[in-house]
Amino acid sequence: MSYFKILKNGIVKENPTFVLLLGMCPTLGTTSSAINGLSMGLATTFVLILSNLIISLIKNLVPDKVRIPSYIVVIASLVTILQMLMQAYLPGIYATLGLFIPLIVVNCIILGRAEAFAAKNGPVESIFDGVGIGIGFTIALTLLGACREILGTGVLFKSDDFGIAGIPLQGESGGMLMFVLAPGAFIVLGYLIAIVNKMRKA
Amino acid sequence: MKKLSSSLLNMVIVLTLIAVIAGGILAYVNSVTAPQIEKINADNLAAGIKSVMGGGDVQVAPEETMTATIGGKDKLFAVYPVSDASGTSLGKAIKTSENGFGGDLEVLVGFDPEGTILGYTVLQHAETPGLGAKAGLWFQKDGKGNIIGMNPGKNNFTVSKDGGEVDAITASTITSRAFLKAIQNAYDTAYGNSSK
Repeated sequence: MSYFKILKNGIVKENPTFVLLLGMCPTLGTTSSAINGLSMGLATTFVLILSNLIISLIKNLVPDKVRIPSYIVVIASLVTILQMLMQAYLPGIYATLGLFIPLIVVNCIILGRAEAFAAKNGPVESIFDGVGIGIGFTIALTLLGACREILGTGVLFKSDDFGIAGIPLQGESGGMLMFVLAPGAFIVLGYLIAIVNKMRKA
Repeated sequence: MKKLSSSLLNMVIVLTLIAVIAGGILAYVNSVTAPQIEKINADNLAAGIKSVMGGGDVQVAPEETMTATIGGKDKLFAVYPVSDASGTSLGKAIKTSENGFGGDLEVLVGFDPEGTILGYTVLQHAETPGLGAKAGLWFQKDGKGNIIGMNPGKNNFTVSKDGGEVDAITASTITSRAFLKAIQNAYDTAYGNSSK
């Protein structure tokens, strides 16, 4: 499989959110705005690329029966490193996403790709798979966050933590609050999956 | 290279090695980032204290911890006595928290020596976005439920629905009550229950 195909596979054919329906907890939890979705996607991508690389390198050193605990230790260490680095150097993002960062450990996308791809392929292919799946996840989360933000608050790409005013698309009070809350996440996700399915079939 | 077989010895060695290496790397990263994280937290607190005391040049004394029993539970308050450059007391900044609508609502509030509110900032909250989360702006001087300049010892420091003088956040009475309660508790602890 060519590298480009691996990339495209992660973004389109096996998009983790819209096609595989993996990692629903961070998907629904963090996408209350486009910026939050984008940051969560990038943080997950970082862990995914490194965990894919490390696991493809150590795959022959790890006996089959202790495979899962070994992978979990690798992933958990990476997430903890990410958390400490963010807390120290990007406190703004950490304030918004802090609660969800430890959840990356149990994000089934990461363990899923470790099992399904990195444990069977070489390091370079695994990096490309990590990038592809990561971009697919980031696009999905940003899209979901953007839809919820527009419907819920009427503004796009607003972030108080970074001091970005955002693009006002409706009046300041023109939002439907429900879309920022949890039920809105389910409704928007449902419609997005329906649209993606329709496009895939066409 | 052939895959290692799953013999007991191999499994024990591999798992131990992975755990030791991971632990070592984590300890190193922690030693690098810990001072930076501490500095950010201290800076945030210093900036917060400055802003709730009305800005300007202030000197913050070391933290004092006060305990009060409220509703049968012991509560901790971090109190930071603040003075100006010449040493005259400006009052106290107090960190206080109360259970809000979605979890702990932590507020840093500044009082002058008589207990009049100079300013506040919400340090941490998990209130509903768009409703209770407005608490950070709503009670400020140019907000709709201005509490700056009130004194919890003299004013009736509850929401108007409960007969008080403060306008609650629209559709967020629980958050508003928790917010005012947090400040009232801080006042009672630091300045004592004065007559109303």
